[in-house]
Amino acid sequence: MDRLDLLRGPVPPRPHDARAIAALAANPGCARRAVLDAAGIDKDATATHLGFPAPFGQSPFAITRGNVFESLVKESGCAELLRLLRDILDLPIPLAAYNDLGDVGGNPSAHLRHSHTRKLIDRAARDADDAGTLYDHPLLRLDIAGHSSYLEPDVVAFRLGGLFRIVEIKSFAVVDGQAEPDKVAAAARQAAVYVLALRNLLRELGHDPGRVSHDVVLVCPENFANRPTATLVDVRRELAVLKRQLARMTRVGTMVDALPPELTFDLARDADGVPTRPVAELREAVRGVDARYAPDCLSTCDLCFFCRDEASAEGSTDLLGRQVRDALGGVATVAEALGLADGSLTPDEGQEEIARLLRLADRIYAEVS
Amino acid sequence: MSTLAALARLRALQTGTAKRLATVRHCHLSERPMVFIPLRLAGEAAAPLAAMAGTDPARPRLLVVPQPRDRDLRFAFTAELAEILLPYVEGLQKATETVERRGAEPYERCLDAPQLIVPNRGAVAFVHMLGRSTRFRRAEGPYAVHPSVPVLGRWLTFLAQRAQYPGSAVLLAATEALSLHWATGQSMLEDANLASLLGWIDPPAGMTGASAAREAEDPLVWPPAGPATDPGFDTEVLVPAIRAYEQRPTERAAARVGEAVRTQLEPTWGLMWRAIDLLGGLPAGPGTAARWEADRASFTNFTAQLAEGGPPQPKRDGAVGAASRLARMERAQASYDAQRAYDDPLVMAGHRLTGEAFTGTVVATDPDHTEGEGRGRKLRPLLTIRTTDPARLAPGARLGTPERRGQQAEVVEIAGGLVTLKIIKGMGRGKAATPGAVPEVGERVCYAALSDEFQPPASLPAPEDTPWTHGGPPPEHVPADEDPEEEWS
Amino acid sequence: MTAPMTGKDVSPGLEAATVVDAVLADLPRHRGVVVDSPPGAGKSTLVVRAAGHLAAAGEPLMIIAQTNEQVDDLIVRLAAEHPGLPIGRLSAADYLVPERVMGKASVGTKLPELGDPAVVVATADKWAWVGDRRWPWAIVDEAYQMRSDKLLRIAGLFERALFVGDPGQLDPFSIVEGERWAGLSWDPLQSAVAVLLRHNPGLPVHRLPVSWRLPATAAPVVSEAFYPFTGFKAGTGPGERRLSFAVQGMRTAYDLALEEAAASGWALYELPSRHTVRTDAEAVQAVAVLATRLLQRAPLTFSERGERPVTPERIAVGAAHRDQVAAIQAAGLPAGVTVDTANRLQGREYDVTIILHPLSGRRDATAFHLESGRLCVLTSRHRHACVVVARAGIPELLDAHPSADSVQLNVPVKFPDGWEANQAVLAHLAKHRVEAAPFR
Repeated sequence: MDRLDLLRGPVPPRPHDARAIAALAANPGCARRAVLDAAGIDKDATATHLGFPAPFGQSPFAITRGNVFESLVKESGCAELLRLLRDILDLPIPLAAYNDLGDVGGNPSAHLRHSHTRKLIDRAARDADDAGTLYDHPLLRLDIAGHSSYLEPDVVAFRLGGLFRIVEIKSFAVVDGQAEPDKVAAAARQAAVYVLALRNLLRELGHDPGRVSHDVVLVCPENFANRPTATLVDVRRELAVLKRQLARMTRVGTMVDALPPELTFDLARDADGVPTRPVAELREAVRGVDARYAPDCLSTCDLCFFCRDEASAEGSTDLLGRQVRDALGGVATVAEALGLADGSLTPDEGQEEIARLLRLADRIYAEVS
Repeated sequence: MSTLAALARLRALQTGTAKRLATVRHCHLSERPMVFIPLRLAGEAAAPLAAMAGTDPARPRLLVVPQPRDRDLRFAFTAELAEILLPYVEGLQKATETVERRGAEPYERCLDAPQLIVPNRGAVAFVHMLGRSTRFRRAEGPYAVHPSVPVLGRWLTFLAQRAQYPGSAVLLAATEALSLHWATGQSMLEDANLASLLGWIDPPAGMTGASAAREAEDPLVWPPAGPATDPGFDTEVLVPAIRAYEQRPTERAAARVGEAVRTQLEPTWGLMWRAIDLLGGLPAGPGTAARWEADRASFTNFTAQLAEGGPPQPKRDGAVGAASRLARMERAQASYDAQRAYDDPLVMAGHRLTGEAFTGTVVATDPDHTEGEGRGRKLRPLLTIRTTDPARLAPGARLGTPERRGQQAEVVEIAGGLVTLKIIKGMGRGKAATPGAVPEVGERVCYAALSDEFQPPASLPAPEDTPWTHGGPPPEHVPADEDPEEEWS
Repeated sequence: MTAPMTGKDVSPGLEAATVVDAVLADLPRHRGVVVDSPPGAGKSTLVVRAAGHLAAAGEPLMIIAQTNEQVDDLIVRLAAEHPGLPIGRLSAADYLVPERVMGKASVGTKLPELGDPAVVVATADKWAWVGDRRWPWAIVDEAYQMRSDKLLRIAGLFERALFVGDPGQLDPFSIVEGERWAGLSWDPLQSAVAVLLRHNPGLPVHRLPVSWRLPATAAPVVSEAFYPFTGFKAGTGPGERRLSFAVQGMRTAYDLALEEAAASGWALYELPSRHTVRTDAEAVQAVAVLATRLLQRAPLTFSERGERPVTPERIAVGAAHRDQVAAIQAAGLPAGVTVDTANRLQGREYDVTIILHPLSGRRDATAFHLESGRLCVLTSRHRHACVVVARAGIPELLDAHPSADSVQLNVPVKFPDGWEANQAVLAHLAKHRVEAAPFR
């Protein structure tokens, strides 16, 4: 995989967190994104250096709110969480043991912490007793395109009998049983990453991966208060999508092999970490891998403004959204579509039909407006 | 998206300004709408941070919660909002008209209804949430609030729920109202940004729509229209201002938070009134009055419910309530779609393009054509229309026409650019068709497979008779004591 | 030639009969019984049998179907299986009694007009207007295609009910946004069965295990793609159904596709990859030519029903959108061949089907195009063979499809996932690919 290292330059690969892994499915058709992600390239820094910083930011209020809520749920050895689990899983457990897997002492490496998690999960899987146990701060691992990514979930794994469950704590509200569907979807995708990582761990340890439930426990504030509520979320669909995307990532290799050998996205940072790569050169390098821009990228990809600008310069109909492109029957550029509409352009083979439709639309539009 | 709308977007991109998608206005515009721009504290479901509201573009009212995590301050905000909204709503309840009904007592209907205009869908959702968080409050007992707060909650809930009916205009999102009438040179996702959408529709002098829209994405030039604030603003400005207030809750500190949020709200306030002006510049489509009438009736009903001291709207619909609301919403959707097409040749154009409608010239008629024998003989005038539209209608399809709204025709045959129809309804009951009911040879006509005819749905069981398949009768609703005390951190 | 019960037939037949017996035995024990029936698994046979079973006990029975055509079909089958059983049919005022129903049922717009028949059949819409009577028994047919708000309007009419339907076909839908009800156990947009089972989780759910319609070449494909957890098998074994042509072909691509379908039950007639408008003229043309060519070849079927010519009535053409259907009609189909959308082909059966793949020529898929029920309906209408017309490039489209579906709390996840189902069908079709002839 040294080809990927060359593409990235002499910096460590950006670790994939669960969010980044979950986002792999946002636009799988985009080769640019696939290559940059596989190589662990810092897309945010790349976009900034190109002069198109990503439009994402998180308010300190939201961050504080998230932290406050999480610590409330985990207070006193997850007492509140245990109450919720009892209710939702209908369990007769008066007490549950609480194990902080993050408590390894000192400032251990991710590798060391992961070993610790492995050891305890292995023991847990062998343990046949029926007492519930909560595992906080596990450090899980997932292999992505040959690289190991460590995942440090703000989640807890809960074991009862032989079954493990992922608990995901989120600070968006559940009001009268409903929450914002996009936020629930994002939480489900992230939780699926943890389910998969935990299943892989069990498999590696020689246990049945099916012992990790596909029903995750989503813990959110209820209504307008801080009081948490739990809901079971079935993540089987998300798991299927995730496995598909991870399999795709391993195929990125063939895509990378086809790239010119000298191609690199190295920002050439100096001793102070300031990028020195000439912007024009970087731009050419990035443009060397095809993007598939869609307006949906504006909420999911750091490079969105760069790719939008590129689509705009090329006069691509992608700029207007998937529905427009669909209505245009695949005509790729604005100029071409308009040429077909006003009749100044003779349709290519296979374009006769959309040309007829566009000319008709043009005629009717002129007639009534 | 229709090819027509796609083409309009391409043209907008090519020319640099938005293109019209409608020749008339399809939403009612009140003579005195109230603009409401709420801001919410990031990370919270419904914690208000600030709002700008009012009916006079020159005199916006600014409402601020200097510490949004303080529940007393939040309720002070809702009480202040009630002071603005309730007099507006109550002022519209006074003038009424008597409506005569067939087979029922005449009733009084308000001549007007409230119209709240907010920037976007997010703000509509916020109105719903704010209504939910306030309507169960009580004026006495623990956590007492000002008596106006639960009333405000019910009105906000009324507006948010009514807004779910297609074609209702009591609560409009400016971005959606504008997008209904103009196509921009950007994507629908980007149209959700009010400043950017208006940049395309009405760019400032010397700018193209494209450059105005791009500039509108810079939160420093055009702060977001809410309810979410710009994270950069939160970090740089709001956090220190709120912290200062926390340390010393003085008037000055409160004013500092107020000034900070004012910078975020004022630009949007201007945009909102520009949006209203632009919409007001379009002539009202004929169907808007009928739909507004339904809004007025709904407003009148709710006024009466409130006066009778009914309980707050439930948190979720019961089985019967849900089914009955769904039937009403589907009816509203079907008639909204049909009315817009019949009101507006540009909307009809979209249907013509897909073959569900066509326009053409009458080339032959047989106004006295009949079908059946003896007493069953029925008048069925025939007409043949020449069209160049790609009409895709099966024989037997029922059609309506914008030129003769009560009329119904049936497709007899379509062949070689000629469509033969028979008129089956709306040509008079006599032996010959009413004069004018059958189009003359040479007349331009339009027919469409759209109908706003309404077939009343069968009745539903009473909620207490909910069958076993749907969970049986719901438990009797006892206003839960914990409702008003629901924690509100 | 009749179908003798050979050794091979016994096991699926027996298996199916066992389930039917279990259903009938369960009827008096529960307030509701649900029977899931995959395509062609003898749903109507079950309804007719259960009706006879209940009527024999002397208890009045109401039968609820979803469309007038389904009501008429049921009456015809009831009358054939149970001659002498008095049947009533409730209908709207403008209902014209079709010839096949004449003399088989008393027809009226109101209950008193029917006399007092043992069985009354009507659409759910019509039943909703019947008040003031309670029936000890009801049978709800096509219950998965019935919206739960319809069930709410009529559930007060019966004490107990048998719900029969196919969970793999298209879900009911609405023209309005239903988000406000998402997660409610009585969400009016969910199917009647979904709501019923959510409130009555203890009710028995049976599954008919054998498809008598789908041939041995199709049952495993459809079962794996659309019924991954429950599964079913074909009632006939390999080779028991055959399709042949009395007229020789001319080795055109159309002939090759038809011959492949005759030999293997499936053919993918693949046009060159291209993004097109929905009414892709080449694809539409190919569908029409295939239908014409099929009839020109004088097709013959051999099956447990004997040897029969395939008449135009035994052929259907299916597509996703109405404008595609209109375009195919306009392209010129042989008279008598059915052409319709997936929605309207639900519950119907033909010998040979020719379908325009919902994803053909698209650059992006929407939830509508990926909906597993749509492809399931289209690929499970045939007794002998199914020819799929599509442009190349669907695997690439699926591969690039973004997965960003939103998730509502407390809404049960629906399986199979449209993406997976499409992938499974495509993988099978790839083995029966015939490259299209150059156009014109």
